[in-house]
Amino acid sequence: MALDASKLPNASALPYGTGARVGSPGYNPSAKDPFFGELSDQLADRGFFTAPADGLINWARTGSLMWMTFGLACCAVEMMQASMPRYDVERFGFAPRASPRQSDVMIVAGTLTNKMAPALRKVYDQMPNPRYVISMGSCANGGGYYHYSYAVVRGCDRVVPVDIYVPGCPPTAEALVYGILQLQKKIRREGSIVR
Amino acid sequence: MSEELQELGSHIATAIDADIRGWRVEYGELTIDVRADRIVQVMQFLRDDPLAKFLVMIDLTGVDFPGRAKRFDVVYHLLSMHNNTRIRVKAQVAEDETIPTITDVFPCADWFEREAFDMYGIVFSGHPDLRRILTDYGFEGYPLRKDFPLTGHVEVRYDDEQKRVVYEPVKLVQEFRNFDYLSPWEGAKYVLPGDEKAEAEKE
Repeated sequence: MALDASKLPNASALPYGTGARVGSPGYNPSAKDPFFGELSDQLADRGFFTAPADGLINWARTGSLMWMTFGLACCAVEMMQASMPRYDVERFGFAPRASPRQSDVMIVAGTLTNKMAPALRKVYDQMPNPRYVISMGSCANGGGYYHYSYAVVRGCDRVVPVDIYVPGCPPTAEALVYGILQLQKKIRREGSIVR
Repeated sequence: MSEELQELGSHIATAIDADIRGWRVEYGELTIDVRADRIVQVMQFLRDDPLAKFLVMIDLTGVDFPGRAKRFDVVYHLLSMHNNTRIRVKAQVAEDETIPTITDVFPCADWFEREAFDMYGIVFSGHPDLRRILTDYGFEGYPLRKDFPLTGHVEVRYDDEQKRVVYEPVKLVQEFRNFDYLSPWEGAKYVLPGDEKAEAEKE
């Protein structure tokens, strides 16, 4: 049975450009966004459409964030889980990359020890600009359980600048996915290529 | 089980009487105290004796007793797959003494001894490569000694001017937490944090 969009509440056209934002209040996937209608018309009419260059670049950047895995402890298991079929961050173009020189994001997943800190910084320095860091879990955020330990860095932001903090011990894969979406939002807001 | 251990204990005690300081069976486990300077001979005996046949070294670790004259215990755990028996061997070492390495008898003791050296500063004489194994490069102190401060002496930070990770004396931004382990439902005589607001509203 086909769904009749006109009979649903809030079926009238969405505010311009909100169609792609699932988080919008009262979002109805069957309602039509004039933005997409316009785009479709332009394509049919002329075979191309125009877009602002920075918008296009930001779209491309948020849609292909290669992440450097820096799994240090149990959080890494949740990080793996986030990239496995159930949560599958690759649908956001968020793909694992084993080399720091070809990645945009570093996920610090786990306890950062004093011994590891220079290595972490070295890997971060090898990443090309613009680069982002997601600090995952209590230990990476502020030392967590090991805050008073003699061997642990009290937060990985003492060593690298952090963009997104994902709380939890360990955070669920879902929480990490939320953190990734927040990072994409941040990049979109930033709106500039130079960092 | 316990009788078998008693039997084995008395067998070991009669065979290498000069090397051991005592033995006992407690909680169903056989423990022998040995003289630190004779540890290699004891290990050799336990490995090769046809009645003992402790071929597997499970663990080697240290224990710190700061109040004792001979400060450290070195504890060896062995397993005999032939007899399905385990044994614990203890040797006492003072802070300025060394204990012979047993890497010639059990090669797997290599890293265990390095760990005991790293954590307690127990020196194993004759060890092929006695350096720190777990702690940071250039680490000072022995973290599992009772007099080692929990937070250690240094912490790391990235210095933007020097462009490298630097070591600094520990500066804690948050105080140590004190837990009283009293249940608020049974006998805690103080006002719980947050409860003072409820009391103020009543008045």
